[in-house]
Amino acid sequence: MTIRVAAETPWYDLFSRGARDWLRHNQKVREAVKGGLPELLAGSDLMTGPSNRTVMVPVKFLEHARLRLADASVSQGAGQGRGEPGQVLQPGREPGADARSGGTGEGEIRFVVELKVEEIVDWLWEELKLPELKPRRSAALDEPDYVREGWNKRGARSRLDRRRTLKESIKRKTVQEDAVAIIDDDLRFRQLVKRATPAMNAAVIFALDVSGSMDDAQRRLAKQFFFFALQGIRRQYAKVETVFLAHAAEAWEFEESQFFQASSSGGTVTSGVARLALDTIAARYDPSRYNVYFFYASDGENAAEDRDEARATLARIASQVNYAGYVETGGLATFRPRETQLAEIFAELKAGGAPVGTSHLGSQDDVWSAIRAFFAQEQTHGE
Amino acid sequence: MVNELEQHASRIEALARSLGLDYYPVDFEVAPQGLMTEIAVYGLPVRMPHWSFGVRYIHQLVRQSMGHSKIFEVMFPGDPCRAFLMDTNSLAENSLVIAHVLGHADFSKHNQLFARFHAMQGGNIVEQAAAHAHRIQLAIEKVGLERVEGVLDAALALESHIDVDGELRRSRYAEFVPEKPAREHSDFQKRFQSLPGESRPEALPIGPLRARVPPHPEYDLLWFIANYAPELEQWERDIFLMVRAESLYFYPVFACQIMNEGWASYWHARLMREADFLPQSLYLSALQAHSDVVRPFASGEQAALAVNPYHLGFTIWEDIVEKHGLDRAFEVRRDEDDFGFIRNWLDRELAEKSGLFVYETHPDDEIRVASRDLDAVREAILAPKYNFGAPRVAVAEMLNDGGLILTHDTASDGRGLDARRAKKVLEYVRRVWRRPVRLQTVNDRAEPVELAA
Repeated sequence: MTIRVAAETPWYDLFSRGARDWLRHNQKVREAVKGGLPELLAGSDLMTGPSNRTVMVPVKFLEHARLRLADASVSQGAGQGRGEPGQVLQPGREPGADARSGGTGEGEIRFVVELKVEEIVDWLWEELKLPELKPRRSAALDEPDYVREGWNKRGARSRLDRRRTLKESIKRKTVQEDAVAIIDDDLRFRQLVKRATPAMNAAVIFALDVSGSMDDAQRRLAKQFFFFALQGIRRQYAKVETVFLAHAAEAWEFEESQFFQASSSGGTVTSGVARLALDTIAARYDPSRYNVYFFYASDGENAAEDRDEARATLARIASQVNYAGYVETGGLATFRPRETQLAEIFAELKAGGAPVGTSHLGSQDDVWSAIRAFFAQEQTHGE
Repeated sequence: MVNELEQHASRIEALARSLGLDYYPVDFEVAPQGLMTEIAVYGLPVRMPHWSFGVRYIHQLVRQSMGHSKIFEVMFPGDPCRAFLMDTNSLAENSLVIAHVLGHADFSKHNQLFARFHAMQGGNIVEQAAAHAHRIQLAIEKVGLERVEGVLDAALALESHIDVDGELRRSRYAEFVPEKPAREHSDFQKRFQSLPGESRPEALPIGPLRARVPPHPEYDLLWFIANYAPELEQWERDIFLMVRAESLYFYPVFACQIMNEGWASYWHARLMREADFLPQSLYLSALQAHSDVVRPFASGEQAALAVNPYHLGFTIWEDIVEKHGLDRAFEVRRDEDDFGFIRNWLDRELAEKSGLFVYETHPDDEIRVASRDLDAVREAILAPKYNFGAPRVAVAEMLNDGGLILTHDTASDGRGLDARRAKKVLEYVRRVWRRPVRLQTVNDRAEPVELAA
């Protein structure tokens, strides 16, 4: 009888099947987390407020589902050992204690990862290969300000660059004998010059149709789109201000927290919100100093008599902003005999060369393509 | 060590044969921990890739690192049998393990369930599984990982849903209903028709009738999907049939676990005891390893919420040999599976001696000893083994539009399905079936519900 030993048959050491399948599992976890991110991020009021917010992402092992019976209220099993019927082998939980903390059966390993919103957005941008925005070339310059530029041998003590100074000292000492540690000649001071920088301020105006025909699902999609559009703009500009406008027959400005809850029963008059946006731009965000973005989400139905007025005001907005984006929400299931009035207006504006873009949001999956489309369009306009 | 072990092994084998064990040759191989872990996770040395094995692999590594799980050996029945020994086993442990494997080898040659599978599939499951893995690799190269994984998600989720009494190679249903023999006319009808004005209706030829698919509730879901899914591609069908073949292989191992481990433990104990050629010190260490394997619960504990199959099987086999002789034991090993073994051979005396009980877990996680009644104990041991450990779900109907209707036999399972998981499984299946899939079961108030994907 022979017994083979591993050394003669090392084939299974070539790679680990278990590790291979584990890596594949992890890849699927990443995909699952990524798939949940738009919902997760847009779930709370993350658009305004400090940018260093974090979200908690629960991560758990994926379960390969099998058919199994529902849990019985009292489950039975076979055991072995001492104990009479009625004897307690494991005491019950105290009322109020963490449910299933001890857990029965296969312990589920799960953990929560805290992620910075900014990091997630950075990661998404790379993962989805989204293009970066470009500030408008023509954007006016800010007030001149002091900026660091170069070094000088003379200067105020407070601007001494220790690192540079030591470098100079080391360079000198390598060629000198009996060198002194630091001499006046080694000193380097940072220099300031007065320069004007291109405006890095952006203002983003979000307008949302809150008339009765916009249901919760449509608003959620609009919110997600707004959120990621804002994140993309934040990546580019140092200072971003936001304005939230909601409208039905009339238009109002809201705080973010109330914005998505706002609702109104009246009809839809787009020109109202467009005029409010124009007023806001005129009063607060001078287009010569701000890169202004205008995003408008609606189901596309506007009062017929408002058509000409809406077209005129939207055209004026398009002429003042870096970019105007229109997202139309509504499931594809909805019967649409033709393009909606607003879609037509934006299509006309676009044909006229205005910096506008339109996207349709039917489901969760469309958010990414809409974001991608917007940033791609905006890039070509920015060139 | 290997030389010394080979010498011991040859003499242990000679002893085993002289005591009546009969088996196909066994190929022994000493393998490192990594491979042993993978075999424990995959069930076979080389098996198809799937991410769910990765999760089990990590769980197994965690258990091993906590010392909860030590693998001494794994044995695959066949001709020859393939046995893997852990390379960290001591000489004493390996001597014991070799004796243990010989017990398994004898069992798998003679037990009817094993023998039936052997006759259908041949004795080379290890090679076949490796070939399956290779074919799946080729499919991945051809159509991409995502698509293959989608099919494996469905096939492996339904892994236990096979007809364990069915044939490995099974032909499709008859396409047409067999023609009914012409109806005999009763005397009354003959006389009635002979009345004036009554003409015999002309029997119109209606031609052969297409049979319903399936003609009866079909529990072999893997086979049914492989054969009747409306738009299955060849490689997808192939995957379903491969998973089914491996599942048929796993069934005897599953259904005879207590008997098989008990039989092997009985024989390693007996062979060690009678192997007077082994050095005394080696025998003592082997005995130590034996008692570690067959103890009912960890030392220092009062009770365990599980039954150690090694201990239970070992106790029953010792009792059978003692009371009925070795020849009867060989018959029992041939004829029974765990159901018959527990019901026919676990008696009150043994159950008491082993301290078997039924426990109940209440919703607040309180666990109580519920009963020591023999029938209740038997049922509690066997309950997880019915129907390959899975709920009884059958194909009820295939609709004209290709839709698939599954029914859950809630009467025999006693309650409905876990809806969340069931829905997920339906989603897996729908991707392969490519038509709507519905499953009828009951909710927690025993009202009929239908899940759909």
